[in-house]
Amino acid sequence: MSNWIDIAALDAVPQRGARLIKTLHGCVAVFRTAGNEVFALDNACPHKNGPLADGIVHGKAVTCPLHNWVIALETGEAQGEEGKVATYPAKVAKGRILLDADFLQQRAVA
Amino acid sequence: MTQKLVVIGAGMASGRVLEHLFDGGADFDVTLFNAEERGNYNRIMLSPVLSGEKTYEDIVTHDADWYEANNVTCHFGTHVTAIDRQAKTVTSAKGTVAYDKLLIATGSAPFIIPVQGKDLPGVITYRDLDDTNAMIKASKAGGKAVVIGGGLLGLEAAAGLAERGMDVTVLHLMGHLMERQLDEAAGFLLRRDLEKRGITVKCRASTAAILGTDKVEGVLLEDNEGLEADLVVMAVGIRPETRLATDAGLEVARGIEVGAQLQTSDPDIFAVGECVEFDGQLFGLVAPLYDQAMVLANTLMDKPEVFTPKKLSTKLKVTGCDLFSAGDFAAGEGREDIVFRDPARGVYRRLVIEDDVIVGAVMYGDTADGNWFFGLIRDKTDISEMRDTVIFGPAYQGGAPSDPLSAVAALPRDAEICGCNGICKGEIEDAIAAGASDIGALRSQTKASASCGTCTGLVEQVLAVTLGDDFVLPTAQPICSCTEMTHEDVRRMIKSQELKSLPAVWQACDWKTPCGCHVCRPALNYYLLSDWPLDYEDDPQSRFVNERKHANIQKDGTFSVVPRMWGGITTPDELRAIADAADKFSVPTVKITGGQRIDLLGVKNEYLPAIWDDLNKAGMVSGHAYSKGLRTVKTCVGTDHCRFGTQDSTGLGIQLEKALWGSWTPHKLKLAVSGCPRNCAEATCKDIGIVCVDSGYQISIGGAAGMDVRETSLLCQVPTKEEVMDVVKAVTQSYRENAKYLDRIYKWMDKVGLEWIQEQITDLDIRAALVERFDLSQTIYRKDPWAQHVAKPAPYEPLATLTLEAAE
Ligand code: SRM
Ligand SMILES: Cc1cc2nc3c(=O)[nH]c(=O)nc-3n(C[C@H](O)[C@H](O)[C@H](O)COP(=O)(O)OP(=O)(O)OC[C@H]3O[C@@H](n4cnc5c(N)ncnc54)[C@H](O)[C@@H]3O)c2cc1C
Ligand code: SF4
Ligand code: FES
Repeated sequence: MSNWIDIAALDAVPQRGARLIKTLHGCVAVFRTAGNEVFALDNACPHKNGPLADGIVHGKAVTCPLHNWVIALETGEAQGEEGKVATYPAKVAKGRILLDADFLQQRAVA
Repeated sequence: MTQKLVVIGAGMASGRVLEHLFDGGADFDVTLFNAEERGNYNRIMLSPVLSGEKTYEDIVTHDADWYEANNVTCHFGTHVTAIDRQAKTVTSAKGTVAYDKLLIATGSAPFIIPVQGKDLPGVITYRDLDDTNAMIKASKAGGKAVVIGGGLLGLEAAAGLAERGMDVTVLHLMGHLMERQLDEAAGFLLRRDLEKRGITVKCRASTAAILGTDKVEGVLLEDNEGLEADLVVMAVGIRPETRLATDAGLEVARGIEVGAQLQTSDPDIFAVGECVEFDGQLFGLVAPLYDQAMVLANTLMDKPEVFTPKKLSTKLKVTGCDLFSAGDFAAGEGREDIVFRDPARGVYRRLVIEDDVIVGAVMYGDTADGNWFFGLIRDKTDISEMRDTVIFGPAYQGGAPSDPLSAVAALPRDAEICGCNGICKGEIEDAIAAGASDIGALRSQTKASASCGTCTGLVEQVLAVTLGDDFVLPTAQPICSCTEMTHEDVRRMIKSQELKSLPAVWQACDWKTPCGCHVCRPALNYYLLSDWPLDYEDDPQSRFVNERKHANIQKDGTFSVVPRMWGGITTPDELRAIADAADKFSVPTVKITGGQRIDLLGVKNEYLPAIWDDLNKAGMVSGHAYSKGLRTVKTCVGTDHCRFGTQDSTGLGIQLEKALWGSWTPHKLKLAVSGCPRNCAEATCKDIGIVCVDSGYQISIGGAAGMDVRETSLLCQVPTKEEVMDVVKAVTQSYRENAKYLDRIYKWMDKVGLEWIQEQITDLDIRAALVERFDLSQTIYRKDPWAQHVAKPAPYEPLATLTLEAAE
């Protein structure tokens, strides 16, 4: 059973943009694509921890602002490089962004 | 038996009818009435009379001798007031004259907009010699003229009056000039050329009233703007002069209705010229009137012919500006445009194509090929075979099949390839024979394609044709894997197709990804905002984080904050505010930069709006240390303190920084001003460097001291500060408009050549236009982004802060 919690309005994140969610154990970046899908990933590039939320979002990918690694939002995998960031279930319902609290919690434990 | 032919109106159409009749030996006894106090003259040449190039005598087409030789009874200065169809007579102040056949050729009357003040002395229309003389007379006193109407007539009047020294403003109701003949782009070029001659043009200007008590004193617009005027010319349109025909009970719609032999609803009465309506159509240019005149003359001589209106092309010369339009050039579904522009020469061509046939053409600046295009439209020629080259005109159409290469092969040696520099094919061939084997060598040896670059493809084709297999056409580097187009291609598309949004570019340029990538989007965002400052809205999501957050990102995700210090000058108060901010926000490193200012390094993302707010309050704005835009203007102490200083280098540097800050450029832009050739501000390794000398200012460009180290090249020397400002703005704007994204000035200069940049700057008209465009863009972009973001801090704050409890 998933445990969806309401984070914010979809419109609080710009299209092709991202915002940060602070948790006790670091930041999660919530991305919104041009097609209004949302994805949640750790805000740390597998290369050198670059802040992915500050990258440029294109299609279903983000380019890290520090050295341009391209990370797939769906899988968290770096394209053409070795590396992967953690992803978390996220969805949009009635114009609100929802994240799965259980997964966030697992992250905290891990 | 000789018939009595009475002609009402001695205009361009009736004059031509009479010529055909007499040439054909027709047996008529002609009586000619004209309301004007003169006989037939060439009305379309009134403009040269107005401007002073010609006199009335030069434009008379039929003089007293001619009327006498042909036995024409003339009643000039005589209005015909009535037609009696029963009695077959016409009446004027001079009595009644009988006719067997009557010809109405009354032309049209200027339309007067029914506003208050329209009858005041000093309000003139533009139709005949009397109007022209009235304008010439009024212009002798100088003063201000307002021309209402930006169509052909209004612009001719405006140009003539400006030529005679009046201060002229044209008011036009529509969004661009001559909207019926020209599209927006050509209308813009026309406007620009008129403005260069000192004429003010106001589009979307609707006249509310003409002001004045005994004579005209001004014009009031709907938006309440008032304009002073000593003369008002109303040129808003014409309507067929049909009053006599209506009173006589002839069938009249908008014009006097005629059949294909130009007969009216009365078999003995004919009509010709602008006063007629045929098949729902009115006529306002002489070409179709001359066709009518021929048909009518033959009809009168019992050689019936049929008048068929031809597709019209208009080739016009608004005193000094060449324009041409033909066919239907409205955009529409299933229609495609081919556009060619040569910004440097002010040339614009646009073809509208539907189903491989050209249906419309608009040309501005160079209209020499107009007739050829008109032929293709008229004959509905299938152009699919020459699609790639058709826009260049007939000179480029070789034998079929005309692929671009064989078209170029077929060109004669004197065909011009590079319009900017006037380089012909032969010169390029000679340079190739002398050893030039690539585009770079050709550019430096012949200047071909060294200017606007539009002809680069053609020059390469000449290379390919001349060298044969030895030459491999370079595959131009696309911007990124989202597209096959180069930066240059895309820039040209954005300008020529007037692409004003990212989706428009993606669509028109066939992007392979749905919304680009981190490489192309910042470039496109820059091109759009630089080319369409008024229309395009900057897209923060297409900017690198530094430009989105107005700070430099650091390796640990923190940011650096650099406030502007104009020209490197600061004050104790500013320094205190910086120190306070550094304390308050626990800034780990405070560093003096290489750009004469202070960097606060290691500021946390969420503190940015707050630290900016503090710095703003102390009077400081963003230093744009993060931008592809104006960075620093480094200065030395100059005449204020230095014993060698020749000019106020510090003051000039500050003035430059205040004028240029906030502008976005293809790459960063750094300036410096040194007070003397000792050059303590290192001006000769900046993008734009100014070295002050006793006689003025040496402006040089294209320096760098980063990955490449380059010394600047002298652009020009000017005597005054004002000129420095203009030259720097102009060169910056030219760089903004023409360079590839992420090319510093030196790289751009290597591509277009210093000479080309020099030409832009030394041509005062081009310089002024560049300055104007720069200033326009600055009205939008010279704003402190920090202040704007302080007001909207959301992006810097977390979207949510979750504690585990909250999550549970
Ligand atoms: C802060 C400063 C160094 C310093 O401590 O003095 C600096 C810092 C950076 N420079 Fe620089 N440059 C600084 C003056 C210079 C100068 C000297 C000057 O301007 O007088 C140069 C050589 C002159 C020139 O530009 O031609 C210089 C040539 C570069 C280059 C090479 C540019 C080139 O075209 O070759 C880069 C890389 C780039 O822009 O792509 C660069 C890029 C950078 C970046 C932005 C690297 C980056 O992308 O993160 C550095 C940001 C550091 C940070 O975290 O804030 N910096 N940089 C200087 C800020 C000046 C200012 O007040 O705005
Ligand atoms: C300044 C100017 C520039 C132009 N430039 C161009 C151009 O570049 N190219 C182009 O193709 N066309 C141009 N035109 C349009 C062109 O001049 C007209 O289409 C053409 O003159 C119309 O010929 P018309 O014989 O029908 O009428 P008109 O030439 O106007 O002649 C009609 C005559 O009838 C007289 N009349 C009217 N009513 C009466 C009456 N009741 N009794 C007696 N006489 C009467 C009028 O006084 C007038 O002299 C221009 C026009 C103007 C004013
Ligand atoms: S030279 Fe410039 S870019 Fe390189 S480390 Fe120093 S500040 Fe950074
Ligand atoms: S830290 Fe992301 S690419 Fe280097």
